[in-house]
Amino acid sequence: MSTELCGVPLGGPVLNGSGTFDAIAARRAFGDALLERFPFDAFVSKTITLEPRQGNPPPRLWETPAGLVNSIGLPNKGLEGFLSADLPQLAELPVPLVVSVMGYTPQELGTLVERVAARDEVAMVELNVSCPNVESGLVMGADPAETARALEAVRPLTHKPLIVKLTPNATEPAAVAAAAEGAGADAVSLLNTLKGMALDPATRLPWLGGGAGGLSGPAVRAVALEQVASVSSRVGIPVVGMGGVASGADAADFLAAGAHVVAVGTESFRDPAAGARIRAALAAREDMPAPDG
Amino acid sequence: MSLAEARTLAPPERRTAQVVGCEDVGAYRLLSAEDLTGPTDPRPGQFYMLAAAERWGGGASERPYLPRAFSFARAEPLRQGTRLAFLLEEVGPGTGRLAELRPGDGLSLVGPLGLGFRPAREGRRPLLAGGGIGTAPLVCLCDELDDATVLLGFRSAAHAAVAALFGAQPDLATDDGSIGRDGLVTELLAEELQRDRHAEVFACGPPPMLEAVRALCAEREVPAQLAMEAGMACGFGACFGCVVPTRAGFVRLCLDGPVLDAATLETALAPGGGHQG
Repeated sequence: MSTELCGVPLGGPVLNGSGTFDAIAARRAFGDALLERFPFDAFVSKTITLEPRQGNPPPRLWETPAGLVNSIGLPNKGLEGFLSADLPQLAELPVPLVVSVMGYTPQELGTLVERVAARDEVAMVELNVSCPNVESGLVMGADPAETARALEAVRPLTHKPLIVKLTPNATEPAAVAAAAEGAGADAVSLLNTLKGMALDPATRLPWLGGGAGGLSGPAVRAVALEQVASVSSRVGIPVVGMGGVASGADAADFLAAGAHVVAVGTESFRDPAAGARIRAALAAREDMPAPDG
Repeated sequence: MSLAEARTLAPPERRTAQVVGCEDVGAYRLLSAEDLTGPTDPRPGQFYMLAAAERWGGGASERPYLPRAFSFARAEPLRQGTRLAFLLEEVGPGTGRLAELRPGDGLSLVGPLGLGFRPAREGRRPLLAGGGIGTAPLVCLCDELDDATVLLGFRSAAHAAVAALFGAQPDLATDDGSIGRDGLVTELLAEELQRDRHAEVFACGPPPMLEAVRALCAEREVPAQLAMEAGMACGFGACFGCVVPTRAGFVRLCLDGPVLDAATLETALAPGGGHQG
């Protein structure tokens, strides 16, 4: 099952979605058994920002039919805190490390990419573009031109692979993917959560502390599959497919739809070993399309 | 187990235990399961993420989807494995499905998770205060202690049947006065602390009760450990959903709790501690 992503060798085709598995926290709960049976073939960090963020006020979660709406708000230690406190611990993981970054301006994104990619422990950088550009007011990843501008700002800063995490909350995700490819992205990953909301049944006021949030889990799988298929048919760079992947059969669907590798997100909340289970189920399948990479 | 932390590590995967009992205890249910491969020494106050192995999902409102967090009430080592007991109250689709389980059914679990109760500080007598379903982690804590005073509050005598699970003889209070004191468990606690304040309080219960315990203990300079609750998706720090505000900012209750030192809290009335049952 070994494969590669953007030239980085991987032991298998299963990653985690950014923000759905905290390997440092999981090691506190599970000890070094986590490293001996690490569930993913590459580890994608939670998104880091330039400055520390404490995240949104609770409540942060709402269970939906076959899914979850979350409003977490990207809590993180900021760039300096990440580099000094988190990166040394993530470097102990037995798989390549992908660091997810988000900037509120192309310059901020540039600082993050330059500082993170310069570290030997980091194999790839993922750009979380699901945030507004505070200068233009546009969500970077919702607009092909904004996405291209962000890529053009950061592409000259590193030779390491850059993955663009696409948001489904765009008019045409495939056009955004094509713009990212044209501006030098090495891969795209999709999908991020779909905008969602829940009301408190007692008051009919927004339940989540952040007001609204993002939907994930099996509830979004059909949407994700279509977007992976349409993006894959539009770009030549590899696609990391995710959105409600909960079984080997789901993962095989995403690969058949054009994904080069898959990522597991919300299913890991239900079973910390979900990634390993899905990888094993995928390896046991005989109807797998031959890898094209 | 780390000496610094009241944490027994969990295997890094979901496993299936076999249900061996699901009986009424007054107004609650006690779900027992044999966990063949997990650790035999979870710390009182630690919790497990539970789900039915079959038909989890597709129930009322097409839920549940996520597992539910439960402190264990008792963990008894078997020749092989551990017999775990959890106290349930049906308050939503998840707890409702768990309450349907029968001997022979599978119980999916991940755990033990979180930080349990620490030993009482030197020279202080343990004083256990529980409210409603929150009495569960105090059962196993009481088993470990020789000389604990146990104070429990319930809605009614039917709920107070849980008191029979305790080895010690608890003092009771009920909202309707149907057994014990007609009033709140915090009234019993105030009297105990009035009598002798060289105690350390171990409390678990609904947020208003925990806040009353926190305020009472702060006023009398009595240390307290509070086992708290928040809706959580994963139980091992992945989802960042279960944060509660402390004096040092948000902490993930699943990782740095569920047992928190009361002195670290401005309030135990955490906004959004609610869950969906």
